[in-house]
Formats: sequence, C-alpha cells, structure tokens
Amino acid sequence: MTGQAKAGRPNQLLRNLNAKIASIPMILTAVVIFFGGTLWTVLYSFTNSKLLPRLKFVGFDQYERLWAAPRWVISIENLAIYGFFSLIFSLVIGFVLAALMDQKIRFENTFRTIFLYPFALSFIVTGLVWQWILNPEFGVQSVVRSLGWTSFVFDPLYTPSIVIYGILIAALWQGTGLVMCLMLAGLRGIDEDIWKASRVDGIPTWKTYLLIIIPMMRPVFITTLVIIASGIVKVYDLVVAQTSGGPGIASEVPAKYVYDYMFQAQNLGQGFAASTMMLVTVAIIIVPWAYLEFGGGRKRV
Amino acid sequence: MSDIAINKPVAMAGPRGKRPRPLFSPRNIMIYGTLFVAAAYYLLPLYVMVVTSLKGMPEIRLGNIFSPPMEITFEPWVKAWATACTGLNCDGLSRGFWNSVRITIPSVVVSIAIASVNGYALANWRFKGSELFFSILVVGAFIPYQVMIYPIVIVLREMGIYGTLTGLIIVHTIFGMPILTLLFRNYFASLPEELFKAARIDGAGFWAIYFQIMLPMALPIFVVAMILQVTGIWNDFLFGVVFTRPEYYPMTVQLNNIVNSVQGVKEYNVNMAATILTGAVPLIVYFVSGRLFVRGIAAGAVKG
Repeated sequence: MTGQAKAGRPNQLLRNLNAKIASIPMILTAVVIFFGGTLWTVLYSFTNSKLLPRLKFVGFDQYERLWAAPRWVISIENLAIYGFFSLIFSLVIGFVLAALMDQKIRFENTFRTIFLYPFALSFIVTGLVWQWILNPEFGVQSVVRSLGWTSFVFDPLYTPSIVIYGILIAALWQGTGLVMCLMLAGLRGIDEDIWKASRVDGIPTWKTYLLIIIPMMRPVFITTLVIIASGIVKVYDLVVAQTSGGPGIASEVPAKYVYDYMFQAQNLGQGFAASTMMLVTVAIIIVPWAYLEFGGGRKRV
Repeated sequence: MSDIAINKPVAMAGPRGKRPRPLFSPRNIMIYGTLFVAAAYYLLPLYVMVVTSLKGMPEIRLGNIFSPPMEITFEPWVKAWATACTGLNCDGLSRGFWNSVRITIPSVVVSIAIASVNGYALANWRFKGSELFFSILVVGAFIPYQVMIYPIVIVLREMGIYGTLTGLIIVHTIFGMPILTLLFRNYFASLPEELFKAARIDGAGFWAIYFQIMLPMALPIFVVAMILQVTGIWNDFLFGVVFTRPEYYPMTVQLNNIVNSVQGVKEYNVNMAATILTGAVPLIVYFVSGRLFVRGIAAGAVKG
C-alpha cells in the first residue's frame, strides 16, 4: 500500500502529518531541551565560563576545583548520608506500614489518607513546619525540658554534625506515604493462594514475608528504589526551606551548589561541572536498572 | 471443580470460614497500636501548624508548641495573607497566591492539552522515529533539572520571555511532558484497537477521532493528570525561583522569603499561618480527589 510509485520519497515526510504536527512539542523537548541541553551543559562544564557561557576550554579544571571545594565535598557527603538513610528508612517504614495496612484492618482509607497527605505538600511547606517543630527554643527540645528533663538536647538544625538527620526526619515524613502506597499495591498484587499455602505449611507470618513475599515483590521494590533514588539526587527545596544550607555549610547539597554557583556566584563553569556530576550520579543509579529492566534479555515478563 | 472445593467444608459439619478474632487480641493491639502511633507522627506537624497559627506571639513565647491555644486569634492569618513582608513590599502572601493561580491554570491546561494529543499520536498514529523520541523523553525525566536549567534560560532569553509568566508556563509544560505523555500514551494504548479501526473505516481523521472518541473516553485520565499537575506545579519552587522575576514569584517562593527573611522579629504564628495557606490548595485537591490522587502518583511508577 505504502509503496505506491506515485508517492515517492518526498511524500514520506507528509504521511501521517497530523500525528507529526501533534508530536512537535515532544520532539522539540526531547531533542532540544533534554538531549541538546544536557550535551550543552556537559560541554560547557569544560570551559572557564564565569558570568556568561564562553567556549574557552580548560579541560578538567572546573572538576578539579569542584572536588577541591570543601562545600562540594560536604554536599556530596550529605547526599550520601541522606540518600543511604532515606532509602533504608523509607523502604522499611513504607513496607511495614503497608504490611500492617494489608491485615484487613478497619479504617484503612482513613489511615491511608493520613499517611499520604504530607506527600501532597511541597518541600517548602514540609521544611518550614519541621524547622518550627525542631526549633530548640520552642519545639520538641523545649517541650521535653519543660517536662522536667532539663538537660535534654535535641537540636539537629543548629548542630552541624547532625543537621542532615534533621532534614532526613522531614523528608521521611513527606515521602514514606508514597512508598507505603506503592508497597501496598504490590502486596495486593500477590496471589491469595500463596498465603494459604504458607499457612498450610505452618510457616510463621514474618517468615512468609521475609522469604516469600519480599522476593516476589522484587519489581515493586526496584521501581520504588528508582523513584526514591532519583528524588534524593534532586533534593533542594527542602534544604533551602529548612536550613538554607546552614549552620554554616553543614547541610549543603549538590543541587543547591549548582543553583548558587549558576545564579548567585555567577561562576557558570562551576555550576555546569557540579550539575554534570549530578547527572553522573543519576546515571550510576539508572543505567544498571534500565539494563536489568529493559536490556539484559527478556527473561522476566 | 471449584464448587466442590467450596462446598467441601460444609460437608464436614464444622464451623466455616475464618475463626473470628477477638477485638483485643495481642495481634490486633499490636497492629492498631503501631498504626495509631504512626498516624500520630504524620498528623503532628499539621496539628502544630494549625495550633501555632491560632496563638498570639506572647502565648507562643511562654507555652509549648503542642498545647492548644488559650485564646484563639485569627490575626496571624490576616497578617500572613495581607501584610507580611518580603524584602521591600509588604502585601503578604496574597500576591504569591494570585501569581501561583496565574501560573498553575495555564500550565495545567497547556501541558495536558499537548501531552494528551501527543500520547494519542504515539498510541494510535505511530510514525518513523516516534518511539525513539518518546524514549528520549522518558529517559530525560530522570535527568536532574539542574543540568537543563541553564540551556533553557538561554533559549527563553533568546525568545525574549525569560522572567515572564509565559516562560515559566513553557518550562512547566516541558517538565510535565514525560510523565503526562506516558500516562496518556499508556491509557490510549489500553483502549480496544477495534474502536480506532472502526472510526478509521468510517472516514474519521486524526482530529475527529481524538475529539469525538478518544477525548470523551479519557475523562478519568484527564482528571488524574490534572491532579498530578495542579499539585506538582503549585508545589514547585526551583522553576519559580529560576525563571521568574520577583514580582511574579509563586506562592512557595514568597512563603520561603517571608519565613526565612533575616530582618525583623520572627513571628512564628504568622509564619505558620502562611505555611498552611500555601499548603491549602494541594491539600484540598488531595482530600477531595482521594483515590484518584493515589492513582495519579502511582502513574509515576507505571513503566512504559
């Protein structure tokens, strides 16, 4: 049909024209912004651009400067700590809550609504609320002290060594509801017969979860992991709202480093180099996953 | 066969079904106990926000943050809305609220319109390369925004719309595109193909099928997309800061500037009132939409 001699090569472009017109925004976004923009940033990270982007290549200078900057090193450390605990805790809390919700309980919808509502709030709102709750003068610390324990110290937001855990508390409050929902959907997808079989065999519930259910939910765990992980790398607003990177530079994160260097310090080269490092971080997470999921043969369907 | 299996227990004249559990069995106490403690943790910040915003400053300085207000005052709310200061201007959050409205509504409409037509084209009118572009788009969703921000600034500057609302709307459309297109593509692909073929045989074209068949069938997914976009765009901070001038700052940015401004005495009650006001819109969307919200966020987890 398509090979009519009348419709030669030039007309090939006009076939299905409406669909192509409808896809123009997508094509522009994919090619110009996502692909082109990323290439552009990586390319300019090898230049010494300051106030304006300039194509004057300096090799890996920006990267050397980046890794020599204490602020960047702290940012990366913070991201590692935050990322590690955020992953562990959101998976554990999310799974435990989902498992409890899956026990045919009453008020399931109410509980779900309560666990998930923080997710509807912005990171700015989350950060500001927890800034207030963790306020040493009025918040948790002062309340516990007023109950009689006068030497009680719980002041994460003003203590450089543990400030990142203060941010972690807020992040977990905001994000675990989503993990719970994803896990619950995964649990609901498991065949009732599995449970019956394990009950017949007399396997204790916790053992069934650990040895049968969790391995069966592998795809759910992996998807959740990828969602949490790509959220971790982007963490920015939460830190801005809760601590503005303080005290000092103790709670800086890479995304904030990028923003500050690009738009405030007017040191574009540093910003580009830092954002390229963020891209590398994401690639380290995503590429193995994408390979396992879509690449390495079609073993699982 | 299954009938036999079901009927079998009846023959054994014993009790049928599960053994009824007593309400206060250790198991139930543990389950509900844990859930209630967890629920308290999740509700606490909301409670603290509301309580704090209804107190006067003297009471805040004396009491603790968890105690309910002794005398309720709505002054902090009025102040947060109308007169709280950010830097030079003191017209409160209301400006940010209206900016957010002016950003959110067109962004939601434009991004959904583009993504739905696009998803439809990808599902029913594939052309050479369409899947490739779509793959780039989906992979692009994982790229940190920071990597693409500056090139976009340059593009918008060249177009002469950097710093304007139009520019920000375009940015929201761009970054909403991967997830929305995925959502619509998967939905349209799940519709029976016969529907599409029948319409084609009847002579309907691209737009006729879209408007007369696909659009009416896709209303639920439009609602999901709307929930996703309204909360997402309302809660955005980064793009608001980067792509607009101060007079167009959305509510989140203005809220942050009010609360974290260094000058002046900190008015915690006004801050909390402002925080609730900013969180109100997504919260209302969340409580009204219920299950659809869950569906919307779960869509993020759906693989293409």
